[in-house]
Amino acid sequence: MDTTVSTGTEDSVWGGGNRPLGASYGKMMMWFFIMSDALTFSGFLVAYGFSRFKFIELWPIADEVFTHVPFFHGNYPMYYVAFMTFILIMSSVTMVLAVDAGHKLKQSKVILYMFLTIIGGAIFVGSQAWEWATFIKGDYGAVETNSGRILQFVDAETGERAALADFAETLPEERVKHVASEGIWFEGEGYKTSYSLNEVVEGFKATPNILIRTEQLNEEGEKTLLDRKESLAKILEANQVVEGANLVHNEYGHRLFADFFFFITGFHGFHVFSGVVINIIIFFNVILGTYQRRGHYEMVEKVGLYWHFVDLVWVFVFTFFYLV
Amino acid sequence: MAHEHKLEIFRGLVKFKSNTQKIWGVLIFLSIVTTIEVALGIVKPRALTHSHFLGMKLLNWIFIILTLVKAYYIAWDFMHLRDEKTPLRRVIVWTPIFLICYLIFILLFEADYIYNVYKDGFITWNF
Repeated sequence: MDTTVSTGTEDSVWGGGNRPLGASYGKMMMWFFIMSDALTFSGFLVAYGFSRFKFIELWPIADEVFTHVPFFHGNYPMYYVAFMTFILIMSSVTMVLAVDAGHKLKQSKVILYMFLTIIGGAIFVGSQAWEWATFIKGDYGAVETNSGRILQFVDAETGERAALADFAETLPEERVKHVASEGIWFEGEGYKTSYSLNEVVEGFKATPNILIRTEQLNEEGEKTLLDRKESLAKILEANQVVEGANLVHNEYGHRLFADFFFFITGFHGFHVFSGVVINIIIFFNVILGTYQRRGHYEMVEKVGLYWHFVDLVWVFVFTFFYLV
Repeated sequence: MAHEHKLEIFRGLVKFKSNTQKIWGVLIFLSIVTTIEVALGIVKPRALTHSHFLGMKLLNWIFIILTLVKAYYIAWDFMHLRDEKTPLRRVIVWTPIFLICYLIFILLFEADYIYNVYKDGFITWNF
């Protein structure tokens, strides 16, 4: 290259107006933001990996946790999450079609595709809310031991999980929920379980076909099933009943699993929600013809970048939370 | 405004006539990959869950590689990295990859160490 030759171009290098990366300021800043956000998400996901490797032998199996599909009863692992993934990829496609239509300055097409993108995002956020609600509610119930380990129950004949309601006895005892206003002011119970520990233990002793499943994974990668004798010894370690999941107790297994589930999918869901809000703002701007008058639809492209990033993150969350 | 799009994917193996067509083509590809992932996750073939490579199940390696493939096509075709200038693309891609690899390396090794302390050390945590 003739860099030493003094020409007019040299002046413009120092005089500004030169774009070595060929990207506008706004787009570049969106990329900066996306990179820093990507590092935040990787921090979360790697922290999840850290906790998982630390408790590698007793981590819950995701297929056994997320088995529900709205309006259907039964055991359908993965299907609903796969559906959510597909919805998000689909809304990414409509977004990129909106950007493409924007390049061609076709206002009505941008409006249509932006609208479809917003609908897709709303379906995704709704699905995630449903998934949270199902996770918090729980399905079978379990007991927690003194050391915080979870014991689940299995029907010995069918090999299926047994719910607490299947075997717990109803004893003539009264259990009052401990609220902060009646007792020590800084202590209170978040929820009261449908059976007391005593009812579960007595019911367990009276029902011979119920076995205990511990968190420990065996060589087959499945949870260890104790025989009846070991189960009867193990139940004595129980100190409370757990139904559903929250930040402290988790009937599905290790409590950190629930913590990371709430934290990572929650943070991602928050991104989707804010993405939908930003999309709606831009959507109205498109309808008003702001970008048509401006002569370019770069704003659509910038929110598009953010929207695709949200999709990109979900691809990783899906793999590391549900598949691996 | 001139917007040129590179319309080839798979290193020129598949060429599209327009950007819109390329978008649908990439969608089909991503859907196929996701379907394979979900199918493998449900079936869990024994051959893949019982063979290990570098201490991880073969099935998990497949999941992670397919995820990176998906991420590549989302970034390259949906986020238009394919059409950006090479230096910008390299800055965006390699900086996080370097930092994330470091983070993964250091935290997972530490976690494995703690796992071994719990396992072999004189701490009773399951009582």
